[in-house]
Amino acid sequence: MDYRISDAYAGPRSEDYLPASAATAVKVVIVGGFGVGKTTLVGSVSEIRPLTTEETMTQAGVGVDDLAGVEEKTETTVAMDFGRISINERLVLYLFGTPGQQRFWFLWNGLFEGALGAVVLVDTRRLEVSYEVVGHLEERSVPFVVAINTFPGAPSYPMRDLRSAMDLPDEVPMVECDARDRGSCRDTLMALMRYLHSLTTAPPERQ
Amino acid sequence: MSEAGQCWEPGSPERLFALSEDGGPARYKGPLDLVTLIVTRSVPDSGLQPEQAAVLRMCDYPLSVAEISAYLSLPVSALLVLLNDLVAQEHVEARPPVPAAALPDIQLLEAVMHGLQNL
Repeated sequence: MDYRISDAYAGPRSEDYLPASAATAVKVVIVGGFGVGKTTLVGSVSEIRPLTTEETMTQAGVGVDDLAGVEEKTETTVAMDFGRISINERLVLYLFGTPGQQRFWFLWNGLFEGALGAVVLVDTRRLEVSYEVVGHLEERSVPFVVAINTFPGAPSYPMRDLRSAMDLPDEVPMVECDARDRGSCRDTLMALMRYLHSLTTAPPERQ
Repeated sequence: MSEAGQCWEPGSPERLFALSEDGGPARYKGPLDLVTLIVTRSVPDSGLQPEQAAVLRMCDYPLSVAEISAYLSLPVSALLVLLNDLVAQEHVEARPPVPAAALPDIQLLEAVMHGLQNL
């Protein structure tokens, strides 16, 4: 922690900079419910400590928060954690962990535009959260793989059962992932890249 | 479809405009993305706002919009207003991300896979 007191902003540490040659970036979005392990996954593979960017959401205070006569708009700050992997001297991969609710996705304009694809991180104890996520990604034509975060003590189901419970198309890859384990998270990202590779090289069979 | 969820309003426009140079719509030279890389091209001068000067000090080496937002604790939407001014005045260079495409480029994917294998 060597930020200068005279400086109002704590900038990056010297080791957190990219090389001057870094020319372009790509992004992958990690989607999942609260507490499913998105930030853990990002932290496991990121070369920088996960950072947090925030956006403010203004909503009429109806329904959710009972403000008892206060008809003002409420502001909610929504945070998104992200990390970074330098692919080579010129190319950088960013990983963004975002909540599953679609209303958050509009906060970060263009989060999914240009994203290579997404990893849907699933906790088998709260499978219902992922239904919505999968639907939204399909709507937006964002290619994704499903990663089952293997929490200790979480019930283990056959992949086939999970696939049918989530109503996932056969071609969408499913992998197990321990979000705390670097190798496991790397393999999950590799599964996404291989899937994208297969989509790119194989002509679409349907539609 | 994407319009369907826009029942909320974007946050705090008054604060964003307060931070922008002229209060009007930012001079737009192509949209900046969360992963657009920003690199400083000039030394901060006294006419800049503190946040803008902080960006110039921070971006001697490339940093993404998302990283700058995190380090400055500024919402991305507010930061974009500042950055659009800095780009327009050529204080910073913006290196755009790989352009959006229906399907990514094979060579790009292979480069990413190669990079991940080295993790």
